[in-house]
Amino acid sequence: MLRPYVPLLVLLALSVVNAIFMVVLSTVLSPGGATKVKSAPYESGMTPLGNPRERFSVKFYVVAILFIVFDVETIFLLPWAVSARRLGWAGFAAAGIFIFILTVGLIYEWKKGALEWD
Amino acid sequence: MSFFAALGRPEVLDLARQTHYFWALLPEIVLTLGAMLVLIVDVIHKGDRSEPSRGSIPVLTLAVLAATALANTALFGLRDVSANGMVAVDGFRTFTNFVYLVAAALCIAISMGYLERRGIMKGEFHALVLFATLGMMLMGGSRDLIMTFIGLEVMSVPIYVLVGFDRMDPRSSEASLKYFLLGAFSSGFFLYGIALVFGAVGSTNLTYIAETLGTGTDHGHERLLMAGMALTLVGLGFKVAAIPFHMWTPDAYDGAPTPVTALMSTGVKAAAFAAFVRIFAVAFADAGAQWVPVVWWLAAVTMVGANLVALTQGSVKRMLAYSSIAHAGYLLVALLSGGDTGKAAFLFYILAYTVMTAGAFGIVIANSRDGEERVTLEDYAGLGLEKPWLGAAFSIFLLSLAGFPLTAGFLGKLYILRAAVEGGQAQLAVILVLASLVSYFYYLRVIVVMYMRPARSEGWHAGAGLPLAARTAVLAACVVVVAMFFAGAVPMRWAEQSALSLWRQPAPVAASPAPASLFR
Amino acid sequence: MLLLQEAAVHATSAAAGQAGESFAAFAPWLILALPLLGFVLNGLLSITAARRALPALPPVGDPHWDAHHEPSEQEHHAHGDDAHPAAHADDHGAHGHDAHGHGPKPATHTLPSFIAPGVLIAAFAVAVVNFLRMLAAHPETAWVHEYWSWMPVNDPTGALRVGAAIQLDQLSMLMTLVITGVGSLIHVFSVGYMKEDPGYPRYMAYLNLFVFFMLTLVLGASYPLMFVGWEGVGLCSYLLIGFWFKERANADAGKKAFIVNRIGDFGFLIAMFLLFANLGTLNFAEVMERAPAQMAFGGAVVTAVCLFFFLGAAGKSAQIPLYVWLPDAMAGPTPVSALIHAATMVTAGVYLVARSATLFTMAPVASLVVALVGTATAIFAASIGLKQWDIKKILAYSTVSQLGFMFAAVGMGAYVAGVFHLMTHAFFKACLFLGSGAVIHAMHEALHHTHSDMDAQDVRNMGGLRRYLPVTFWTMGIATLAIAGVPPFAGFFSKDEITGAAWDGAHGQLPLAAGLAKVGIDGTLWFGLIWGALSIAAFMTAFYMGRMMIYTFFGQNRTGEEERKHLHEGSWTLTLPLVVLALASTFGGFLNVEREVPIVRWFDFGQGEALHRWLHPVLAGADQVAEANGIAGAAVEPSAVPIAVAILLGLGGLALAWTMLSRRALRTAAEEPAYANGVERVLYHKYYVDELYDRVVVRTVGWLSRLQAGFDRYVVDGLVDFGGKMSEWLGVALGRFQTGQVNTYAFAILIGVTLVLYAFVHT
Repeated sequence: MLRPYVPLLVLLALSVVNAIFMVVLSTVLSPGGATKVKSAPYESGMTPLGNPRERFSVKFYVVAILFIVFDVETIFLLPWAVSARRLGWAGFAAAGIFIFILTVGLIYEWKKGALEWD
Repeated sequence: MSFFAALGRPEVLDLARQTHYFWALLPEIVLTLGAMLVLIVDVIHKGDRSEPSRGSIPVLTLAVLAATALANTALFGLRDVSANGMVAVDGFRTFTNFVYLVAAALCIAISMGYLERRGIMKGEFHALVLFATLGMMLMGGSRDLIMTFIGLEVMSVPIYVLVGFDRMDPRSSEASLKYFLLGAFSSGFFLYGIALVFGAVGSTNLTYIAETLGTGTDHGHERLLMAGMALTLVGLGFKVAAIPFHMWTPDAYDGAPTPVTALMSTGVKAAAFAAFVRIFAVAFADAGAQWVPVVWWLAAVTMVGANLVALTQGSVKRMLAYSSIAHAGYLLVALLSGGDTGKAAFLFYILAYTVMTAGAFGIVIANSRDGEERVTLEDYAGLGLEKPWLGAAFSIFLLSLAGFPLTAGFLGKLYILRAAVEGGQAQLAVILVLASLVSYFYYLRVIVVMYMRPARSEGWHAGAGLPLAARTAVLAACVVVVAMFFAGAVPMRWAEQSALSLWRQPAPVAASPAPASLFR
Repeated sequence: MLLLQEAAVHATSAAAGQAGESFAAFAPWLILALPLLGFVLNGLLSITAARRALPALPPVGDPHWDAHHEPSEQEHHAHGDDAHPAAHADDHGAHGHDAHGHGPKPATHTLPSFIAPGVLIAAFAVAVVNFLRMLAAHPETAWVHEYWSWMPVNDPTGALRVGAAIQLDQLSMLMTLVITGVGSLIHVFSVGYMKEDPGYPRYMAYLNLFVFFMLTLVLGASYPLMFVGWEGVGLCSYLLIGFWFKERANADAGKKAFIVNRIGDFGFLIAMFLLFANLGTLNFAEVMERAPAQMAFGGAVVTAVCLFFFLGAAGKSAQIPLYVWLPDAMAGPTPVSALIHAATMVTAGVYLVARSATLFTMAPVASLVVALVGTATAIFAASIGLKQWDIKKILAYSTVSQLGFMFAAVGMGAYVAGVFHLMTHAFFKACLFLGSGAVIHAMHEALHHTHSDMDAQDVRNMGGLRRYLPVTFWTMGIATLAIAGVPPFAGFFSKDEITGAAWDGAHGQLPLAAGLAKVGIDGTLWFGLIWGALSIAAFMTAFYMGRMMIYTFFGQNRTGEEERKHLHEGSWTLTLPLVVLALASTFGGFLNVEREVPIVRWFDFGQGEALHRWLHPVLAGADQVAEANGIAGAAVEPSAVPIAVAILLGLGGLALAWTMLSRRALRTAAEEPAYANGVERVLYHKYYVDELYDRVVVRTVGWLSRLQAGFDRYVVDGLVDFGGKMSEWLGVALGRFQTGQVNTYAFAILIGVTLVLYAFVHT
């Protein structure tokens, strides 16, 4: 009964073996232990300046989300445009609704001032 | 009905024709438009971004909910003849839609005044509540697992935001993050479960799944289906807060702004339960032998565990959170009881539970102050004497939650018990009774403290109260709780008819689940 | 009562003439509704009186109030218990009675004087109307009307249907007439006796309520409805015994009556359960119809039913061993003693047995037990009565003894004789009690004037009262002759019928004797014993009644010089009922004269045996049972012997008392030495039964209840507390999982997923 899953099991086993193999191999092959210099974030000799976990302005995120929204819109609308004739008026209406909702979102963002950097 | 017929609503829907979705989704469409309207009106009206929203926003929100309720009546008497529509068109959906709308309306009503006090009076709150309600309606009314998932996400994401709506309050943010992380975790399980079920049965359509399982044909993917059912159960169990998937509940309920807590413990739970009924009691009905024992244990453990932990809570809000978990257990019993009586009892109870829980949270809000939540037991001492109306209302809600006669909670529990005994779940009925017995202690303790202990200090309760609209809502909830006892036959008949209209009547589930076999 | 007698005589001829005419009841519900209305009105008045802050009226129920505030034109709280004379004396000594004047009495204390007797008289009138109609029709079957369905239980195995139904037949009609008739007189008496009491409206409310329940008891058409009345009269009895509840002894007496009656109620209930289990009904008509067919003659079931019913009857009617409450019940106001504890309530047990005649006929053994217990009670109580000093105690034991006579009668199957004696006893005992009330009233008032601390109820302190209370003397004298069994007074005929039945039984001529023979018991010896014992009891009765009369009314007055001046008869409300009852005691006996019997034949009235004919339809069921089982009595050979013996004993007892006491110089209670003789002391102390009960029952129960209390406190409460604590500990333990860490939560979910997955895949 479980026969169809045998390849899955084999894959699982292989991945585990592979992981172990890689870790062991890198331990065996790596030269020497860790020194202070080696442990530093950048080995090029530069001392890191400031906190690496510096907080970005929240505006970045807002803009990023806006970008994603329109990105998704593109992803949806391109396939629709390709087959627009076949989808007919129903498809047109659906796309219209989609754009309408996004437009409302845009108006909201706009009025909220998400598009102003300052 | 004739009103919508005059507008051109067909008598019989065929969701194979896409234009018919307009009628099938009319309440959802109205709600979507209304939510967007609230969002836009709020931002346009505000001169300065930092100033609080106007007082008209909640009113507009309530109007949107009312319009949705009106649109919901368009579903009365409708029938769908298609084989694989995405939404269910039946009385069950109409009934549960009203429950979500009641929950949302009560949430908005009791939030009046509260948001201003906490400094979070923003139009987004109301829009998010509406969007969450939309998600509930989609989730509870879906006829397809994919649609259920979309509804779940549409519901959950606004709730995540709402829980953390008070950004300045670390507890609110913490609760939001916890809920979001664990919610995402459980959504993953749910989605995975859907995938496995699809793999086993070949469709995500609930009708199709039910028929496939009903024919009893060996589809050769028994274990796949089992695993799929198990993971779906986990996802739903998380949303309804059944033990052991309840861990997020107390923290999220406690940290969230109280109106959001009210919405989470009523509307969200109701939607998750509606989906639960549609997926398990209907689609998987013929696989009852597999899932009934598991859900049996979930119900038993949830009832017992939640009531025991609730005993030790010193915070009334947290106690209500555990009480909400315990009620999930009771509702699971209704679900397990199977048959029309079980589903009717479920509908009746979810309505009663929504009203009384939202009302109880309304009192919690009434007792809170600017920037300070008064939720410990000591904070309630003397409330009954100094604010007799608040005390009386809270007593009624608590007694109803405990299942005291003369309240809706009593009748609801009675219906569940009857359904359980008729459905061969007598053991669960006994556990339910014993668990409720324990619950009496912590509900009555609050009443005792309210009436028999002196207030912390002179004038301690001076500022307690609600604005007029919220007061009206709480009073109405009170009246409903009592009226549902005296006129319980009316909602019960409605619930029975709604349960009858579920689009596939399942075969009665196995009489006794033989729980002992679970860990054999 | 004359009316009753004449009408009953008339009835037989009417019945013979026009038997076909149907009986149409005239609003019998009014008989019940009127006393209830009286209760409601008086109750409202009593609440008003208690609510209103009357400066002159202290809290309701204060027995000493009058002594403080009222210049006692009429001394009214005549309840003086012999245990508490000193308390009164103190009050009298401490406060003068001359300090206050009369004010107009508030309406709450005047209206009951009209309401309470009014409703009773109206109810009596309705009863009379119904009686006359029944007389004309003389229906063979009972008139039953269900007003509404009271207890409908639809059970597949057998439906219990109990309606709020009234049953009017010859027996309940007779009882209703006695209750409303005698009740009316006692209500009138109460007006004179109690109207100065601060709790007067409350008293009248209770009294009306009692009558309502008593009528429910006799008019109910089923055992459960009868039980309602049964419990109701018990409640009223309790309330009225403890009417002056400020004094602990009174309250204790009330409690004693209540608790002892519970034992009897237990029997009643068990009997009802048994009946329902075996017959599937509790309505009288159906029970009497089904019982002969569905239960074996002399079988265990019917015997058990009858014995349990008798247990109930013994509690209510003060039979051995449950009689102890009745003498204590004299703590209540005297009219209460007359109405409840002599004329009506205590005869409910007799009514129960007569009502269940069919059942008792089917159970000869149980009947014999009833007869024997009744006989034993009769002689036992009579012997105690010989040596009592308290006038009410004497009458109380006399009542117990007479009730024994009635039970002996109904036990022997002489139901008519039992009911007959019930009726005549209601007349003469009510007369005696009211008379004693008048005496106490007068004594109390006289003693009040001089603040004497003498006991107003002790017959030794009286003497020679016939000069001061002539009406009371003559009426009580007639009643005494009646109870002693002197012809032609009422008691002679009824008591003679009872002893006559025993005599017949001893000669094997009673149906019961044949019935006993059928189950293998020779009854003749027992009946002979019963006859002998009853005769001795009758002799004792005559003696102690004579003794009481002599001590009270004859010889030298012993109240003292000053007090003597204040001895006088009460108002007409006190004397009128006495006169009426004395007349009834005189002529009531002719109702059932047996014409065939020698000596009595001289008093030939109409066709004779009117009561027999009157009650015949009620007892037809019992007769049928007897006939069907071949035990119907043979034709009774009339014998003059028992009648002659009865007359001799009655006269002899009185004569003995006279010869022993009339010439002796009687002394007051203070001068009289305590009983030296062992027998006398035992009798005076009532055979020490109360002490015995106290040692054996009360202390055991007390000990057991303390044990039980300890068990409850430590074991039961401990378990409950433990359960609560366990729940809390479990809650705390489970709450520990609530760490607040998201990873813990996620881990918990993961465990849940694993368990669920495992469970699914495994099943």
